[in-house]
Amino acid sequence: MEWYLPLIWAGVIGTAVAMYVVMDGFDLGIGILFPFAKNERERDQMMRSIAPFWDGNETWLVLGGAGLFVAFPRAYAVIMPAFYLPVIVMLLALVFRGVAFEFRLVSHSKKGWSVAFTVGSTLATLAQGVILGGMIQGIKVENGAYAGGPYDWATPFGFLCGLALVAGYGLLGATWLVMKTEGLVAVRARKQSKQFLIAVLGFMAVVSLWTPFAEARIAERWFSLPNFYYLWPVPVVTALVALACWRWIGQKRDAPPFLAAIALFMLGYGGLVISNFPYLVPPTLTIWDTAGAPSSQIFMLVGTLVLLPFVLGYIVLVYWLFRGKVREGESYH
Amino acid sequence: MDFDPVLLARLQFAFTIIFHIIFPSFTIGLSAYIATLGVLWLRTGEERHQLLMRFWVKIFAVSFAMGVVSGIVLSYQFGTNWSRFSVATGNIVGPLLGYEVLTAFFLEATFLGILLFGFSRVPPWLYVLSAIVVAVGTMLSAFWILAANSWMQTPAGHEWRDGVAYPVDWLRIVFNPSFPYRLAHMLNAAYLTAAFVVIAVGARYHYSGKHIAEGRTMLRMGIGLAAILAPLQLVIGDQHGLNTLKHQPIKVAAMEAHWDGSKPADFHIFAWPDEKAGTNHFALSIPKGASLILTHHLNGLFPGLLSVPEADRPPVKVVFFAFRIMLAIGFFMIGSALLGAFLWWRGTLFESRWYMRVMAQTWWMGFVAVIAGWVVTESGRQPWIVYNIMRTADATSPIPGATIAGTLALFVVAYGIVFSFGIYYMNRLIAKGPDAVKGKGQKAVGISPIASTKDAGEGIV
Repeated sequence: MEWYLPLIWAGVIGTAVAMYVVMDGFDLGIGILFPFAKNERERDQMMRSIAPFWDGNETWLVLGGAGLFVAFPRAYAVIMPAFYLPVIVMLLALVFRGVAFEFRLVSHSKKGWSVAFTVGSTLATLAQGVILGGMIQGIKVENGAYAGGPYDWATPFGFLCGLALVAGYGLLGATWLVMKTEGLVAVRARKQSKQFLIAVLGFMAVVSLWTPFAEARIAERWFSLPNFYYLWPVPVVTALVALACWRWIGQKRDAPPFLAAIALFMLGYGGLVISNFPYLVPPTLTIWDTAGAPSSQIFMLVGTLVLLPFVLGYIVLVYWLFRGKVREGESYH
Repeated sequence: MDFDPVLLARLQFAFTIIFHIIFPSFTIGLSAYIATLGVLWLRTGEERHQLLMRFWVKIFAVSFAMGVVSGIVLSYQFGTNWSRFSVATGNIVGPLLGYEVLTAFFLEATFLGILLFGFSRVPPWLYVLSAIVVAVGTMLSAFWILAANSWMQTPAGHEWRDGVAYPVDWLRIVFNPSFPYRLAHMLNAAYLTAAFVVIAVGARYHYSGKHIAEGRTMLRMGIGLAAILAPLQLVIGDQHGLNTLKHQPIKVAAMEAHWDGSKPADFHIFAWPDEKAGTNHFALSIPKGASLILTHHLNGLFPGLLSVPEADRPPVKVVFFAFRIMLAIGFFMIGSALLGAFLWWRGTLFESRWYMRVMAQTWWMGFVAVIAGWVVTESGRQPWIVYNIMRTADATSPIPGATIAGTLALFVVAYGIVFSFGIYYMNRLIAKGPDAVKGKGQKAVGISPIASTKDAGEGIV
């Protein structure tokens, strides 16, 4: 039990983070794409396509944070102080973009809150990427507590990951708009999807090459035998999915490009998991080092297994209720 | 300049949580009111209920958005600012927060989508059901968060090993000694807060002669509710106080600025507690009043602040004055609600312009009372983060004071901007009145697949 409980919890939190990245990814992506819209009317349409969902999407972030707190309190207590500034910047950025949904509608001029929405979405994404990059590079830990400085996260690799995530969320947002909107917004989104796809592939390549060179443990994981025999399909499948995504965009398909973008994200995410498992705080603390009390993990796991299907059920209900495309000029409330 | 990281971390948490609590304490009550209006609409079929419901949903939306985003901040601050607390209590507090996310947050967030955008897409019963689900979600959220908070006040059902709490009995952890009282007190406070906002808006409409019919409905519903809940809050508060006396006597001593436990305690209407000298100045007191309230005997004794070393006392002035602010507002609420009910019973409520004029100004009272109450209970817990077990000073993260000061400044600026705009927008929605939703979506009652593009342009409030 002491062995497999942390493993199950790593799976639960991994799923929550994946759900978050995909679901809030596309609505943060809308914020990243906001400046490229021609006018506020188009922005209304873009925002309308995500308005009923964003709050639920962001709840996965809370579940990820709370899950980490529950299942791996010692990792939570290292990761949060290590990324103190990026976490707080991310939270404040999410504050501004979150209220922008409502404030934009009730203010005299939409412009100001459109800017807040863009800046908030982009900053939150950058911060998330920086945190990810910092995790990959490793956190300085002594006696189970964070032992680095307040700016350890500020590295070129961290910022590279930040930009990579902006491109990634941009791709998710653009393909979402292809699926969920009509008219000029959809036409532009199709063009943007291709541009963001190229950018994402570029970043993926750079990160994939950089990490094994910089971190010996990651090179060891991928290129030692027999690991390499099992792992070589990951980049190959990624390339195939990217190709399919490109073609589907070109064929003016609605949903497939978005689904392919999700698949790309999951492959990249899977690659990171392969690189770092079983470390939760690379390169020192594993999921077993940081696990909470088994009785707490079980108490929460029972609730999760019972409640999560319901949660997924009514999330599906809402996506189904608001199915279909948002038309030009269609707005809010 | 030297920064004290513990003080700064406390200030930051106090600031972000006070800002946050404003919104839940409003939305818990308001969502219940909206759900009630929805049920009335379904049962009577009267349009005014539907109009009022959708009017309040708009205000709810603005408030809820601010509550959500400021709440996400809190769930991460345990780690960023209180990492040693997270390690020590993660086994207990973590699952309680986890259950809040699973039972409440997803529920609220998802069905809020239907409440805000679904009016023309879903049948009326599903729309009203969504309102009820949101109201239940906000209540569940309060349940779990107060369980966690109460455990920090009156920890139970756990054992400490090597500075870490391990759960032993989850029922005792959740239903720890102060939890039922705190939950009842807080939920009732939230309903009262919303009731006074509704009363104030109704009075404002009625006084200014705009939207008189809607204003009357609001006044009747608000006064009817407050006339029951405000006196009830006195009873609950009294019980909560007795419970606190039992488990956290020094907090009560600070609330009453009661220093010497060997004598009966006076109730100070005003006093200036002197923490250095261990006494009060300028006291205006009811002799033995506090003893009567807390022990139900004129000569009853309860522990004074001097019974513990100075290092174990909470900040007396803060607790003492916050308690008085809460009490003053509470008694005003009881008086004004009962007076309103009396005028209504005599049939002169709607002629009493002076009453309307006063009540139109009372919208802020519930919020201030809630904040004051939280200051009493949280400051009164000091210097402990987990009462009598873990000190706040031992709970912080290894973050330099200057960094915390910097982010505190960021929070103040950001929240200041968001809050000012939020209040301004809500006030404007109220000023526009329920007419703004009239004529919109009416034709769409029932199941229509997609809001027609024709009225999309006017979809902007």
